[in-house]
Amino acid sequence: MIKKTLLFVFLACTINLFAQENIPKNDGVKTISSNYTAVTNAKIHVSPTQVIENGTLVIKDGKIVSVGANISIPKNAVVTDLSGKSIYPSFIDIYSTFGVEKPKRPEGNSRRPQYDAAREGYYWNDHIRADQNAIDKFKYDGKEAKKLMEAGFGVVNTHIEDGIIRGTGTLIALNSEGSDANRILKEHSGQYLGTSKSKTSKQAYPTSIMGAFALLRQVNMDAKWYASGAAKEKDRTLEAFNRNKNQVQIIEAGSKLNALRLDNIGDQFNTQYVFVGGGDEYEYIKDIKATNGTFILPLNFPDAYDMENPFLGNSVDLADLREWNQKPHNPKILADNNVNFALSTYKLKDAKEFIPNLLKAIDAGLSKEKALAALTTIPAQVLGQTSTLGTLKAGAYANFLVTSGDVFEKKTTIYQNWVTGIKNELKPMDNRDIRGDYTFNIKNTDYELTIKGEIEKLKAELKANDKKLGSKISFNDDWLNLTFSTVDTTKQEFIRLVANINNTSTFNGKAIFPNGNEASFTAKKSEVKTADDKKEADDKDDKKENKLFPVTYPNMAYGFESLPQQETLLFKNVTVWTNEADGILKNTDVLIKNGKISKIGKNLSASKAQIINGEGKHLTAGIIDEHSHIATSSVNESGHNSTAEVTQEDVINPEDIGIYRNLAGGVTSIQILHGSANPIGGRSAIIKLKWGETANNLIYKDAPKFIKFALGENVKQSNWGSTNTVRFPQTRMGVEQVYTDYFQRAKEYDAKKKSGQPYRKDVEMEVIAEILNKERFISCHSYVQSEINMLMKVAEKFDFNINTFTHILEGYKLADKMKAHGAGGSTFSDWWAYKYEVNDAIPFNAAIMHNAGITVAINSDDAEMSRRLNQEAAKSVKYGNVSEEDAWKFVTLNPAKLLHIDNRVGSIKVGKDADVVLWSEHPMSIYAKAEKTIIEGVTYFDINHDKQLREAIKKEKNELTSLMLQAKNKGLKTKPIEKKEKAHFHCDSEF
Amino acid sequence: MKKLKYNILAFALLLSSVVIAQQTPASKQTNAISIEGATAHLGNGQVIENSLIMFNDGKITFVGSANMKIARQGNVMQAQGKHIYPGFIAPNSTLGLVEVDAVRASDDADEVGAMNPHIRSLIAYNTESKIVESMRPNGVLMGQITPRGGRISGASSVVQFDAWNWEDAAIKADDGIHMNWPSPFSRGRWWLGEPSMLKENKDYKKQVEELSTYFAESKAYQASNKSPKHLPFEALQGLINGSKKLYVHVDAERGITDAITFTKQNNIKYLVIVGGYEANKVSNLLKQNNVPVLLQRVHSKPKNDDDDYDLPFKLANELVRSGVLVGLENAGDMERMNARNLPFLAGTCAAYGLDKEQALSLITLNTAKILGVAAKVGSLEVGKDATLFISEGDALDMRTNKLEKAYIQGRDISLESHQTELYKRYSNKYKN
Repeated sequence: MIKKTLLFVFLACTINLFAQENIPKNDGVKTISSNYTAVTNAKIHVSPTQVIENGTLVIKDGKIVSVGANISIPKNAVVTDLSGKSIYPSFIDIYSTFGVEKPKRPEGNSRRPQYDAAREGYYWNDHIRADQNAIDKFKYDGKEAKKLMEAGFGVVNTHIEDGIIRGTGTLIALNSEGSDANRILKEHSGQYLGTSKSKTSKQAYPTSIMGAFALLRQVNMDAKWYASGAAKEKDRTLEAFNRNKNQVQIIEAGSKLNALRLDNIGDQFNTQYVFVGGGDEYEYIKDIKATNGTFILPLNFPDAYDMENPFLGNSVDLADLREWNQKPHNPKILADNNVNFALSTYKLKDAKEFIPNLLKAIDAGLSKEKALAALTTIPAQVLGQTSTLGTLKAGAYANFLVTSGDVFEKKTTIYQNWVTGIKNELKPMDNRDIRGDYTFNIKNTDYELTIKGEIEKLKAELKANDKKLGSKISFNDDWLNLTFSTVDTTKQEFIRLVANINNTSTFNGKAIFPNGNEASFTAKKSEVKTADDKKEADDKDDKKENKLFPVTYPNMAYGFESLPQQETLLFKNVTVWTNEADGILKNTDVLIKNGKISKIGKNLSASKAQIINGEGKHLTAGIIDEHSHIATSSVNESGHNSTAEVTQEDVINPEDIGIYRNLAGGVTSIQILHGSANPIGGRSAIIKLKWGETANNLIYKDAPKFIKFALGENVKQSNWGSTNTVRFPQTRMGVEQVYTDYFQRAKEYDAKKKSGQPYRKDVEMEVIAEILNKERFISCHSYVQSEINMLMKVAEKFDFNINTFTHILEGYKLADKMKAHGAGGSTFSDWWAYKYEVNDAIPFNAAIMHNAGITVAINSDDAEMSRRLNQEAAKSVKYGNVSEEDAWKFVTLNPAKLLHIDNRVGSIKVGKDADVVLWSEHPMSIYAKAEKTIIEGVTYFDINHDKQLREAIKKEKNELTSLMLQAKNKGLKTKPIEKKEKAHFHCDSEF
Repeated sequence: MKKLKYNILAFALLLSSVVIAQQTPASKQTNAISIEGATAHLGNGQVIENSLIMFNDGKITFVGSANMKIARQGNVMQAQGKHIYPGFIAPNSTLGLVEVDAVRASDDADEVGAMNPHIRSLIAYNTESKIVESMRPNGVLMGQITPRGGRISGASSVVQFDAWNWEDAAIKADDGIHMNWPSPFSRGRWWLGEPSMLKENKDYKKQVEELSTYFAESKAYQASNKSPKHLPFEALQGLINGSKKLYVHVDAERGITDAITFTKQNNIKYLVIVGGYEANKVSNLLKQNNVPVLLQRVHSKPKNDDDDYDLPFKLANELVRSGVLVGLENAGDMERMNARNLPFLAGTCAAYGLDKEQALSLITLNTAKILGVAAKVGSLEVGKDATLFISEGDALDMRTNKLEKAYIQGRDISLESHQTELYKRYSNKYKN
């Protein structure tokens, strides 16, 4: 009773302390307290690196006045003795949506696409919402605050989790008492960004993550232009964006790949983003480190899969099994590599899951010091609040936890979470520890009682006459209640005990029998303790499971344990398809050194070279696929009819198993093309299939610049359903005008730029101007001769050439015109009949174009067929009698020419990159297999190594499966089997 | 000589057909034909070097060595250095049911309804399909035309690819009924905001039970006085008396096992597994129960990241080695136009473990056996239809699959197509 009154008085005081000085008061007299609050004798963790044993903390006006071992306590202080307790700075979550309702989708279910912004006076794209502020939507949520405080959080930086640019966050103290007047610590705290669209708008653009990245770039440029005062119209979004520029920029990357991609964008605009991670950063730790960014890490460690059903269990990928083992190690690995990070409740379904997951990370080796820093000083640093948040130094907010001990131990209880000097009681602190073994006698029956479990959640075991009795225990405010079944278990009867415990070695109480009779008893504690020993043994068991499965490059099936190295290789007595004037050389040696073709000849020797016997085998240049959609996270940006601003280089996915499978088919280089959703598509990425490397390392150095254009049914949305009939163009007639319009505008843009006048930098126009300036080449998706002819005429009008027509299924109908124009043709071997415009596609197309003198390539547009491009080339021998040597060039030298990389690859010629394939026999035979696929002297695929990998994958999967079965057996949570569906991209793929 | 003939033919075509029409079906065999000297790949695993093949009145009359001193019948064709094969068979195909994938009006493959055993593909089979005629230059001369969709899609029929109409085309009408076995996985309903993941299909048991109930009802109906008539149940009767086979389209190990149990419980005489991505995991069971497999498209990606990159290439070999009867089918994306690559699917199986003649069986005799038409087609054996072709070289390899002559039931069929005609037309354009 006394305690409660004290608390009340105390609360009243603190609230008054914050109250505004002069406001009307009609419910009593005005009381202003100038008292101090002091807590003493606690182990105070002032900061992650500073601990004071037996320390005192003095608080006034919600802030810390002093902290130390021997400090004087002001006389007018209310003092609480916290002997045996620990104090930590409260945690800070800087990626929170606390108190901010998730925006909802607008009403109405029109399926008609919306191309324009719905807002007026703001940016042209609704998904850029720098103008919104979390403070305007904030409403304190007491229930959620309590959960967060129980998880140790005192302060959160909340935001509107909606849109690509989301506006400012707000720094909130979670205290339940008081009002927003003392909860809102900072109205505008940080600017938030993401990669997904706003739910509030149906504006189509961007439909892809690739578009989101491009948009992010354009906003930066537009903001600069706006800041220069040159813009003619008011744009409240850009004004806000410019206002928010000096705030920390926190971006929801959600995965390591996106963090690396976004870091590229940040670098372009001198912005160092703080990345909200995906928990998978450990997989590319070196590159993550190189971003220099601070990460906000989620702790949503996956549960084990329920592997009991082997049929379903078999279908889980190794990568997903590994994740369960590896993800808890993520924070430790980041810490070991000196990557700054904060921890967050992001992605957890409930704040309650936070501490258990945090303990998993600590079990996996994360040091407690780093853990505390990640929850206090680092988030404070990110927000620029180091003087007021994150530590318990004088002047900081009095945000701290009172715990029973080490906050990073499972058995520890957080009793109180003080926020801005206001005490939030979470669990009663004064409960005695009554755990132990007791004996007592009631009515001539001897009972043995064991009390165990957590202090706040006790469990009882009761035995009498060697019989276990069902029982239920509770202990509050020193009062024990124990209900148990009678010895005679045939009856459903219970005895209730009640006792006031002042002394844990012996206590008295009374028993109430089923018939209402009462008897008194005395319980005595026995000395022997067994429970703790057992617990330690359990802990040890847990530790054993913390073995980290090796992280491979990429971290999935068929990844390398360590990245393969360049070698000096000497192929002996092999049949060499040079693709040069030498033609096909039998019994020839090829030396590969420093990643280049070093020598070709007979009887070559080289010291230290690894000799590869090529007898009966064929060595060719690596296959080059002019039209691929593997190794990308996104194919189409279909939100506009021109999307020259997007680039595949932004969305390379180096973890696509398609890379490995293509290597196994002898492919070494590909052009990742944008899809065909619009007349002017996005820019290409030309990459080498260096399995295991990161995206940036796959891209050709000084890659020739390419862009995808498209004609026909796809760009006029013929097969998109009846709702997609509003975007211009809907006919081939319109397509011509789209091109003419954009080229004309780009020409005018470029002229203005070159004139030195101020201009609004527009990536789309820049890119199209590059085409006009012959710095960028077009690869145009095309089928029907009329429109192919049209595009050549448009290009000629603007004085440039179409570099490549890709697909070009009716190329045979105007091969003469293509030849005259100078366009190349990259076609399918034999596809047709899948849509109306390919009715006249014939498998002889490649042969006819070739005979007309056009540079012809055979491409795939398909992750399966691409691994058999050697066979697709062979079809040109069948259909049209192309010579084998020329047919082979269709998938090697000719695509290299079309891609302007034939100075580096495409043939076996001294000085060229050592991108070669060793085939088991004639490379165009259906019976041929790639045995080694080598890029720049590095063996990325080896048929024998592949066999070993298969065994290793099987073994590892079995090991992980057993561990998951054990986890389930132990009662740990498991999740049902689910399987990510792997997208199989074509030109028409929607994302 | 041959070249001249081609030119004349091309010229004639140019004259006759400004609007390109489909090839005219060949007329009935009137003279006996003897082909001498080619390497004959019989389809049953045997090869005869320097062979002599004779056929008359649409039927094969002699298969043997050219060294045999036997009178050559009719027109004698010298084919030294060439290869002769029985016509390839494309099972589980929608050829002639759909012309252009993206044009809905041209699509007749998938009828409304879940239980459609009474639906018959044969009557919708378009003998004038431009895609069908494009099969022939690659040696694919027959197919099993199969409806799609629903739980029970309907009945397929086996046809040959040179006919005036579907009646002429039929080799075996209504050879079997096709059933799509419930999947062990279901997809997240994205429209309800569920992640687009594959999850355990919680309704699997229910869906299997629906089938069991349906067949139990059908059984009860067969014992009744059948009044009023129940069209779907009538169609199911053939499964019990063995006049129709049950083709169960299923990939998963468990599904295959359950399908075998299901057919036993329902006294279904012949079961064929179609697809069978995981059939190698239950190959013993398949063998014990004499259940053949029409194996899924060999040229496809492995379904799981962890799978061997060549798993689809080597599955046939694994099954054949276990003693399972295997044919190759080609369903999937762009399956119709792609069906002409059937020989190369077999070629790939040979690259990945099978003997070339065994690989050939996968698209000839094995398929004929599985479809129940082996008495008529599938191999070069006396008494069977003279449905065969001569290729310049190995027909399983695209470099050498070059047909010079093809016969269906002894009829000397055209190897031209819409595509070859365009080829000639435009090749000539640039010559001038």
